[in-house]
Amino acid sequence: MIPALASVLVLAATAPDFMPQIAYAPVLDAEMEARPSAIAPAPVPLAPAPTQRALAPLAEAMALADEGLRIGKVDVLKGGKLLLTNGVTTVEGSSGGGLARWATIGGRQMSGGIGLSAHGTAIELPDFGWRSYGVLLGLGDRMELSIARADFDTRDAGALLGIGRGYTFNLDAFGAKLRVAGDVVYGETWLPQIAIGVEHKRSRDGALVRALGAAEASGTDYTLSATKLLLDQSLLVSATLRYTKANELGLLGFGSANGGYRAQFEGSLGYQLSRRAVIGAEYRTKPDNLGLGDDDWMDIFAAYALTDHLTLTAAYVDLGSIATFSDQRGGFLSAQVAF
Amino acid sequence: MLLTTATATAAAALMLLQQAPAEGTDWDAEFGVEAKERDPVTGEFPVDPYTPSNANAGAAPHESARLVEAFGGREGIRRIAERTVDLSEADPRIAAIFESHDMVRLKRTLSEQFCYLLGAGCDYTGRDMRSTHADMGVTKADMNALVENLQAAMREAGVPFPAQSRLLAKLAPMSREVVTR
Repeated sequence: MIPALASVLVLAATAPDFMPQIAYAPVLDAEMEARPSAIAPAPVPLAPAPTQRALAPLAEAMALADEGLRIGKVDVLKGGKLLLTNGVTTVEGSSGGGLARWATIGGRQMSGGIGLSAHGTAIELPDFGWRSYGVLLGLGDRMELSIARADFDTRDAGALLGIGRGYTFNLDAFGAKLRVAGDVVYGETWLPQIAIGVEHKRSRDGALVRALGAAEASGTDYTLSATKLLLDQSLLVSATLRYTKANELGLLGFGSANGGYRAQFEGSLGYQLSRRAVIGAEYRTKPDNLGLGDDDWMDIFAAYALTDHLTLTAAYVDLGSIATFSDQRGGFLSAQVAF
Repeated sequence: MLLTTATATAAAALMLLQQAPAEGTDWDAEFGVEAKERDPVTGEFPVDPYTPSNANAGAAPHESARLVEAFGGREGIRRIAERTVDLSEADPRIAAIFESHDMVRLKRTLSEQFCYLLGAGCDYTGRDMRSTHADMGVTKADMNALVENLQAAMREAGVPFPAQSRLLAKLAPMSREVVTR
């Protein structure tokens, strides 16, 4: 047998003309043709016809996103979460509502998968403008790591505050969140998804925020969150305890001569209108270490999952007084792309 | 080299000595496979005996006539359950889980379970959630896919979203028994 094999090899080497044609190509083609027909019959209407027509040009890009990749034993960008159960993105880049952190894990991956999401948020206030954007990495249904940058434009108020017209405060936020128990949808109805987290934030205006009275230019928040979707009532309920010394989230530095860490509360209540739409309200308390009238924040919001990957959030926010400028109420718009 | 040649020769000799099996061999009889026959009346395969009980349905039923109405009564519930099974069988994410399972029986028992949980007055005659799902290796992602298919079936049947979620509210806590990995 071995000599025979060797002679074949010799033949192949000396007479390439007689090399047997390996029938890989037709076999592969046949399989490629067979595959779509095996998947196509699934008659799952995922979205109303008009939405699908409008998104048809994106189909190719989204096909990759739906399939994902499998590297080793890890599903990369394969998705798998129920719509909206990854939350939207907070102003600090974590998964949550618009203002309040939730116990949800960002990205659409389930356990054994890796997901990514990115967001951009704009808040327009009478005297200020907020822009934030960031990315988030989701590891299984267990952990999320996020980076976000916020730019807070003081516009005309900057001149009145003596820091220059259009002076923009910048804040970098690095977040991590770990789900420690429960599930937002499944398991015991009384057991919410519980997550612990940290948020390390660095003001990029160190000299200025110290001049304003802040003790430090960077600080770390510690959070404990609980979130549950009460299916019987179509209600999403979330509460977070945040141990923080941030002034205006950290835009104005951290702590002061008078104050350091304090426990703060942030809560969200959402009503699910459909599997794609949720409306609700949020409340977030904040410390006032600088004595500038740092107010609690609140909003009413509507979020809509336009596709499995794109979620838009619009809100009316009341941020109270910011840097002595009172009645900062305005519009909030946020877009999140998640895989 | 010598050893491999000897082994190869031995293998070739063995192959020559072997006789081809006779045509039309009954392999099932040869290997002692018992063929299961579908019941001529119900169309279901027989199952090992167990004690039927509504407790096997995994949750206490809703008590709301309006909810039953939203699902289109028993008939509507049966159609939704069957459609959910059809969608899931055709869903590449979870189709493999249903292979070699008795879909006729599943459609009946799932329909009974939904009907019982929604308070539409059926009795659930299937087995409990833990034993039915014990060897399936269902993940939460699989359960999500099933939820999406059930939602699609309910949406097609025109069930209002809050009513849809009330059925899911009964099913979601069953992840404790259903999800095994």
